[in-house]
Amino acid sequence: MAELNQLIGALNHAADVIEENKQHLTELDGAIGDGDHGINMSRGFSFVKKTLDEGGFQTPADLFKKSGMALVAHVGGASGPLFGTAFLRASMALKDKTEINSEDYISILKAAAEGIKMRGKSQAGEKTMLDALIPAYEAGETALSQGKDTQEVLQAVKAAARTGATDTEKLVAKKGRSSYLGERSLGHQDPGAASTALILGAIADYFAAL
Amino acid sequence: MVGIVLVSHSRKIVEGIKELASQMSKDAPVALAGGTDDDRLGTDITKISSAIHDVYSDDGVLVFFDMGSAYMNAQMALDFLEEDSSKVEIVDAAFVEGAITAIVDSGLNKSMDEIKADIASMKLGKMP
Repeated sequence: MAELNQLIGALNHAADVIEENKQHLTELDGAIGDGDHGINMSRGFSFVKKTLDEGGFQTPADLFKKSGMALVAHVGGASGPLFGTAFLRASMALKDKTEINSEDYISILKAAAEGIKMRGKSQAGEKTMLDALIPAYEAGETALSQGKDTQEVLQAVKAAARTGATDTEKLVAKKGRSSYLGERSLGHQDPGAASTALILGAIADYFAAL
Repeated sequence: MVGIVLVSHSRKIVEGIKELASQMSKDAPVALAGGTDDDRLGTDITKISSAIHDVYSDDGVLVFFDMGSAYMNAQMALDFLEEDSSKVEIVDAAFVEGAITAIVDSGLNKSMDEIKADIASMKLGKMP
């Protein structure tokens, strides 16, 4: 599926998509949170881009580790430690692999979800990024078990993440700033789930265009 | 003396708590990690790590936090700490009351355990 330079390309594309959607993410967060998600993610991913530009990565694991540290250090909101932990867990799952295939991709999404659960003491159904990420890797697992090819797996992940993010409108927030609003959070999409869907969508689009 | 670190989304909140505590105690080692490095509202792992580093000693460090990402970033700071993280503890307490009690206690040379006992009744269930 991907060697190091393609992973760099995919993450760069994800960072661009986050930047393009900065205003949208901030509006989602403004409705039920503290209104800084777009700015925080844009800032964090601008440092990811800087890290990618500097290069010098030994392995995909190294790439994910350095990108994760950039997010941890520069996002500023709860998404920093959460996305940061997700990237660091992805790094740990890859060990010393030199390229990744579609099975590896699903494994790192699963490892990332486990990391977010641990860091945020959260689970599915609490109106968080997990509600995009968990259905995404589950759809990926199903596609793999049906013998689908890499592009189909990536598209299945993208579509499930998108649906999962949209469906957070039906959930009452249990974590983060929006949990202070309780029932009032209904009808609004979770910004963390929305940015998760954007990132997974950007990765799928990048490889589809190769 | 036990080091006290205050982590908040807001620089003004931690400065205010330190100011309030200084009426009663000027001796305790207190370090602040409020806001992000570009002075927005938020918390910053690098600021938290360097605050812990500034007040670290064998007597230990207690880390107080306000909410949400402050706790997660404090945990991550501990994960990556250069110092012995077993001597650094994040505590669940009402931020203002807990921090001021701990700052006064530390100034009186109380130990980590004595301070923790003094703030035990101020838990808010912030560390699930």
